[in-house]
Amino acid sequence: MTTTTRTAQAPRRTRAPKVGALPKRPFGLIRHSSALAVRSLIKTMRTPEQLVDVTLQPVMFVVIFVYLLGGAISGSQHAYLQFLLPAIMVQTVLFASIATGVSLNTDVEKGVFDRFRSLPIARSAPLVGSVVGDIVRYVVSIVVLFGFGYAIGFRIGTDPLSTVAACLLTIAFAFAISWIGVLLGVVMRSPGAVQGTAFLVMFPLTFGTNMMVPTDTLPGWLQWWVKINPVADVMDAARGLIIGGPVATPVTQSLIWTVAIIAVFAPLAVRAYRRRA
Amino acid sequence: MSYAFEAEGLVKRFGKTTALAGIDLAARRGTVLGVLGPNGAGKTTAVRILATLLRADEGRATVGGYDVVRDAGQVRRLIGLTGQYASVDEDLTGTQNLLLIGRLLDLSGREARARAAELLAWFDLTEAAGRPARTYSGGMRRRLDLAASMVGRPDVIYLDEPTTGLDPAKREEMWGVVRSLVDDGSTVLLTTQYLDEADALADEISVIDHGRVIAHGTPAELKRISGSQTIVVRPTDPARTGDVADILRTSTGNEPELPQPGLLTVPVESDTTFTTVVRRLDDAGIGVVELALRLPSLDEVFFTLTGHGAETLEHGAEALAEVAA
Repeated sequence: MTTTTRTAQAPRRTRAPKVGALPKRPFGLIRHSSALAVRSLIKTMRTPEQLVDVTLQPVMFVVIFVYLLGGAISGSQHAYLQFLLPAIMVQTVLFASIATGVSLNTDVEKGVFDRFRSLPIARSAPLVGSVVGDIVRYVVSIVVLFGFGYAIGFRIGTDPLSTVAACLLTIAFAFAISWIGVLLGVVMRSPGAVQGTAFLVMFPLTFGTNMMVPTDTLPGWLQWWVKINPVADVMDAARGLIIGGPVATPVTQSLIWTVAIIAVFAPLAVRAYRRRA
Repeated sequence: MSYAFEAEGLVKRFGKTTALAGIDLAARRGTVLGVLGPNGAGKTTAVRILATLLRADEGRATVGGYDVVRDAGQVRRLIGLTGQYASVDEDLTGTQNLLLIGRLLDLSGREARARAAELLAWFDLTEAAGRPARTYSGGMRRRLDLAASMVGRPDVIYLDEPTTGLDPAKREEMWGVVRSLVDDGSTVLLTTQYLDEADALADEISVIDHGRVIAHGTPAELKRISGSQTIVVRPTDPARTGDVADILRTSTGNEPELPQPGLLTVPVESDTTFTTVVRRLDDAGIGVVELALRLPSLDEVFFTLTGHGAETLEHGAEALAEVAA
């Protein structure tokens, strides 16, 4: 009997080790999270839509705001570009953090989650891996944004070290926000629901700021929201560090918010993730 | 006698539904345990408990002597999952999938790469190894899934309905693969809806209905309990139906039935009767279009054992388990 494709040969003798007989190796969480972070990156690269988020979208926003609105808002496009770019960087990175929750939700709904839970790894390793893999995406989006900004005339107003500090601060804050995304991803029933809810949350947080216009041009009630909005602090810190301006207060506030958000949402997310078992 | 895995008195409720009402499952090392039952019977729930994916409300289970709750970490180093219990990552290539699992099982980089290449070759996936799993055909994905469960050479493999949806030519080959798993020393828990698959592969079978084991034994024992096989004859010349009926009646001692015009069936107990019938049909010069000896269907098995058919429960325990999970 011949068939054009063989299903399989019988597994023969092998020199591969029997995992059950191996001793446990230390630092499992680090090793496993790294392997899972690599997985997360591969998935991102294979999902073009997610790359668009971190490349085309920020460029589009800059073009629209600077060339369409820049003259009207700031009088000169270059001035507006300087004002806008640090804040757009924060917005881009925050929007990129939504994808964590979405892909986590997809994993949970499919059998991949079950496979991870049946493996001898820490319960939180897949979560940590996802979140770490994201950091690479944030770096990519920042590089693309600055690259494009430079091409159309943006210049750092301070020094490279402060700029790098601004980027690190933004990444740290996005890392904190991504735990909210993870919580949504674990708790909601579909990737679409996660995306929708995350956008609902993100929009007031990112647009309800002085990203596009100075605060004093906003109506009173919106000014109040901007004052308590942590994202506004991060954007002010980014502006201060990159083009010059007050730094101490916004940076301190941003750091406090970052730590607070992680302290509240990370345990919640991990507990919800465990309970999904 | 050492059991590779053992479950005693497992009870699991989802809300008001009782998925498992006290189930016992056990298999000796190096054997295949077939778990036979319709959807909603509790097969999936039982396996998920044995795979540390779910906690039982009552009862206990051990794999390789380790308790699935207290020593879950150690149990996870001994098991491999396939089918609906676990799946492959569609965005990763075949190689990347197997490598990832190897790393998560603490294999070194070199060991993981070697094992991945080895498994891909065995399962005839080397050519496709560099493509994302979402581009694989159903059969290829199933093979990758099985390869993924074997990366760590587990002591126990939970094999879920391995040939459902495969065409008949591939079924035999998949059965060959399952048999060879046992050659490597693994113990296999095989869930299936097909009696012929359980018959072909399992050393022992547990029949499950409504969260309980209603019968357990070797395939031969089960066939004896569950009743007879059936001889099916369709003569080429419908005019000779009467002669065929006579032959069947006198060979088996049972009254043949005509489920369709020109098609005769008769229950038969002995395994030599069929060859007698064939010889007698030949002697009488009766040509046949169709001639077969059929095992009882799952429905027939269930009817004998439980008095009702193996109906799939609409809002059964399994369906609720999917929602609750």
